[in-house]
Amino acid sequence: MKKYTYTDKKDTRSGFGAGLLEAGKRNDKVVALCADLIGSLKMADFIKEFPERFFQTGIAEANMMGIAAGLTIGGKIPFTGTFANFSTGRVYDQIRQSIAYSDKNVKICASHAGLTLGEDGATHQILEDIGLMKMLPGMTVINPCDYNQTKAATIAIAEYEGPVYLRFGRPVVPIFTDADQKFEIGKAWMVNEGADVSIFATGHLVWEAIQAGEQLAEMGIDAEIINIHTIKPLDAEAVLKSVAKTGCVVTAEEHNRLGGLGDSIAQLLAVNNPTPQEYVAVNDSFGESGTPEQLMTKYGLDAKHIIEAVQRVIKRKKTI
Amino acid sequence: MNKNVDELKQVASQVRRDIVRMVHGCQSGHPGGSLGCTDFLVALYFNAMKHDPAFNMDGIGEDLFFLSNGHISPVFYSVLAHAGYFDKAELATFRKLNSRLQGHPTTHEHLPGVRIASGSLGQGLSVAIGAALAKKLNGDERLVYTLHGDGELQEGQIWEAAMFAPHHKVDNLIATVDVNGQQIDGPTEKIMSLLDLAAKWSAFGWDVMTMNGNDMADVVQTLAEAKSRTGMGKPIVILMATGMGYGVDFMMGSHKWHGVAPNDEQLAAALAQLEESLGDY
Repeated sequence: MKKYTYTDKKDTRSGFGAGLLEAGKRNDKVVALCADLIGSLKMADFIKEFPERFFQTGIAEANMMGIAAGLTIGGKIPFTGTFANFSTGRVYDQIRQSIAYSDKNVKICASHAGLTLGEDGATHQILEDIGLMKMLPGMTVINPCDYNQTKAATIAIAEYEGPVYLRFGRPVVPIFTDADQKFEIGKAWMVNEGADVSIFATGHLVWEAIQAGEQLAEMGIDAEIINIHTIKPLDAEAVLKSVAKTGCVVTAEEHNRLGGLGDSIAQLLAVNNPTPQEYVAVNDSFGESGTPEQLMTKYGLDAKHIIEAVQRVIKRKKTI
Repeated sequence: MNKNVDELKQVASQVRRDIVRMVHGCQSGHPGGSLGCTDFLVALYFNAMKHDPAFNMDGIGEDLFFLSNGHISPVFYSVLAHAGYFDKAELATFRKLNSRLQGHPTTHEHLPGVRIASGSLGQGLSVAIGAALAKKLNGDERLVYTLHGDGELQEGQIWEAAMFAPHHKVDNLIATVDVNGQQIDGPTEKIMSLLDLAAKWSAFGWDVMTMNGNDMADVVQTLAEAKSRTGMGKPIVILMATGMGYGVDFMMGSHKWHGVAPNDEQLAAALAQLEESLGDY
């Protein structure tokens, strides 16, 4: 098991803020919109640098999505910012008609995804957003794992033509990827090569998977860990190659087990190489108030639950 | 493209023939609102707007039009075809399998002239505002036009957009509302009252104008006046009084023709009232 250490912890949304500023410097077509959550989305630096390229919509997310679609007509590259729930479920039809079906180059950037918004409770959390966005034809869905990767992803999506859903969280998480990494949309990142089980993780659960991998190594289980930062398009080649070697799968995500990364992997495997799989995800439930750490434990999204899932799935592995 | 009122009336008559034939041809679609908005769309594309049928999605240096109430696609398609965006013969494929002329307009089929999908109501004003903002950022002095149904104003997103445009001084935008007083289930005043629309838009900070949308001379003159009032810090909205089904006597003024196709006898009766001026497709 490769050793990953970290010297700093930061929130992924700050990676978005830094990436947006950098994308704005590289390309004057980049514009930003926000629905009364500038501080939460860390957009202040972009606004300070490019005030004429920022549009405050007030608390009106549907209008924000439509304006973003319109800005692309005229060649702009709009980044919208609000909480993940209000970036997807609240405005699904606006995204569907005015952005996805209309093939508009809008970057839907969503903070506070998943459970870990914590104390605000279920109205401000969302565990269905990956599913909603990946069902839209033509939509790219990205869920980076730490500050550096979120920054790199933000810069990369500005250079990509087409609608993108970029999902990140609120809490402070370890930074373990390189600051100067190349972010390739749709290309899975091999975190650790292993032989006994494939762990496909996304978002900040990649760090939990690494923690789990270290403990599994001590137990004599050699886990392959792959960071699926792009859920759609899924890197089918990387998934199938890994599974052909290990013969069993654990998926880990901060999302409803219905419709998320686990289902994308299961669907791929069902058609190509049926394989025993366990899900580390929220079991078709809404969230609730609590600290992020408490919620991760209660809803089974930590290293401990990944280890338990590995132990279960290895027993189900087919022997030739 | 700068046709006079008499020439515009000729185009309008042909467009109305197209509408009833298109809807009859596939036995589905929305003739009522299409007929009511014909004079406006003809005046817009053949008199008011500077636009290029050699279609470019970004439309830089051109005036842009967004149809928000996408169900009146027959009038939009017919006007685009007569303006040279695509061959008039293609109108015969309306709402049929493998056609670029989908029931509601979309960019997905790459039909020249269409810059946004519409059909799910209430989204077009936001899109138009975005396009108008892009024009300002690009230093492009051309204008953005929209059309909405009066029933469509029941969608909340319209009022989110109505708040935004004056606040951000989007004054290169001319929105129009087809006030025909009818929606699918009946008269708007029975279904969901709109009350004083002029007062509503005015209270939101818009420069409000009115016109008779079925009087070609009034439409041409009002659009010219609206253009002269752009660039003064306020978006403009024109409340356009029309008759649903205008031009076909048995369709006039009734919500029953909102989304119903004529049968063979009704088609013949409608065409008998509409002069063939430019040749049927």
